[in-house]
Amino acid sequence: MEQVQVGKLQVLLDSFANKDVFLHLETTNGAYASHFNENVFNAGAFIRNIAVKYELGKVAGESPHRVGLKLPHGWVYAQGITHFELDEHGRLLMAGHDQAGKLAVALQISETPFTY
Amino acid sequence: MTIEQERHVLVVFPHPDDESFGVSGTIATYIKQGTPVTYACLTLGEMGRNLGNPPFATRESLPHIRKQELIASAEAMGLTDLRMMGLRDKTVEFEDDEEMVEMMKKLIDETNPSLVITFYPNYAVHPDHEATARAVVRAVRRMDESIRPKLYGLAFANSTKDDLGEPDVVHNIMEARDQKMGSMRAHISQTSWMLEEMDKRLAAGEPEADNWFTYERFFSYRWHEDFEDSF
Repeated sequence: MEQVQVGKLQVLLDSFANKDVFLHLETTNGAYASHFNENVFNAGAFIRNIAVKYELGKVAGESPHRVGLKLPHGWVYAQGITHFELDEHGRLLMAGHDQAGKLAVALQISETPFTY
Repeated sequence: MTIEQERHVLVVFPHPDDESFGVSGTIATYIKQGTPVTYACLTLGEMGRNLGNPPFATRESLPHIRKQELIASAEAMGLTDLRMMGLRDKTVEFEDDEEMVEMMKKLIDETNPSLVITFYPNYAVHPDHEATARAVVRAVRRMDESIRPKLYGLAFANSTKDDLGEPDVVHNIMEARDQKMGSMRAHISQTSWMLEEMDKRLAAGEPEADNWFTYERFFSYRWHEDFEDSF
């Protein structure tokens, strides 16, 4: 993965617009967050291989960036995106890694389903 | 305490590297003694968060890396019967509970273990650990008491010492410390930060770090204080 370059990522987001695509979206502060610190409220969400078609995708802000997808009947967004790559299967992988190198958020777009 | 002789040891954990810190010395010791060991690992740690910054892997490439690390860990321990059970990280507790028990029953029926090692229910912190422990305990509970294998649990919740006291099973794994180190190094994508710290401590001769490579500790499952009445 490389650090987000807004122009490059925007071109990739545009390339998946108005197509039937599969989404992976997750946010997490880790399964051990409240084990290591009982004051941490442990929350996260995960969704994988949800089929959508977005009409507009946009990368916004300074790093860590926000990425939003406008759907015919709703929205998808992720906050904290630091890295991206178009992988060898043509999937757009975006992720946010914290200072310690731990993934905090991921948003991925593919024309074919992700593995299980 | 010396390690008791066993007929066959079955180890069940949900994530590659779960075996490494607490049990790899024990596994390697049994194998050195000629005791067959089966390790069933339920997922490939697909949801691991240690991806680095700059990242060395993606959410999609991580399972491939961790699968290779798991195989390398098994090799380091001398383990030949490694089972990858095909579940997905963080989803174990959402699987059908009865199917989970069936999975454990099949493993037990096939390997006929005299000892099963997993996590200790309610003291295992991670939801996947808890779900794995519940399924194993349920499968063993359904067996007639006369043929039940021994059941050891790993417990590390913050409340462990208050509730369970000290582990009653302590294995001296000194003779397998190289194998344990090998297992921990095999899972380098998940353990590198911890290993750096440990190398420093070992070099400094800190007794606590040395302890890691000397003893492994377990709680015998307390059937008289079962975590549920029945399932």
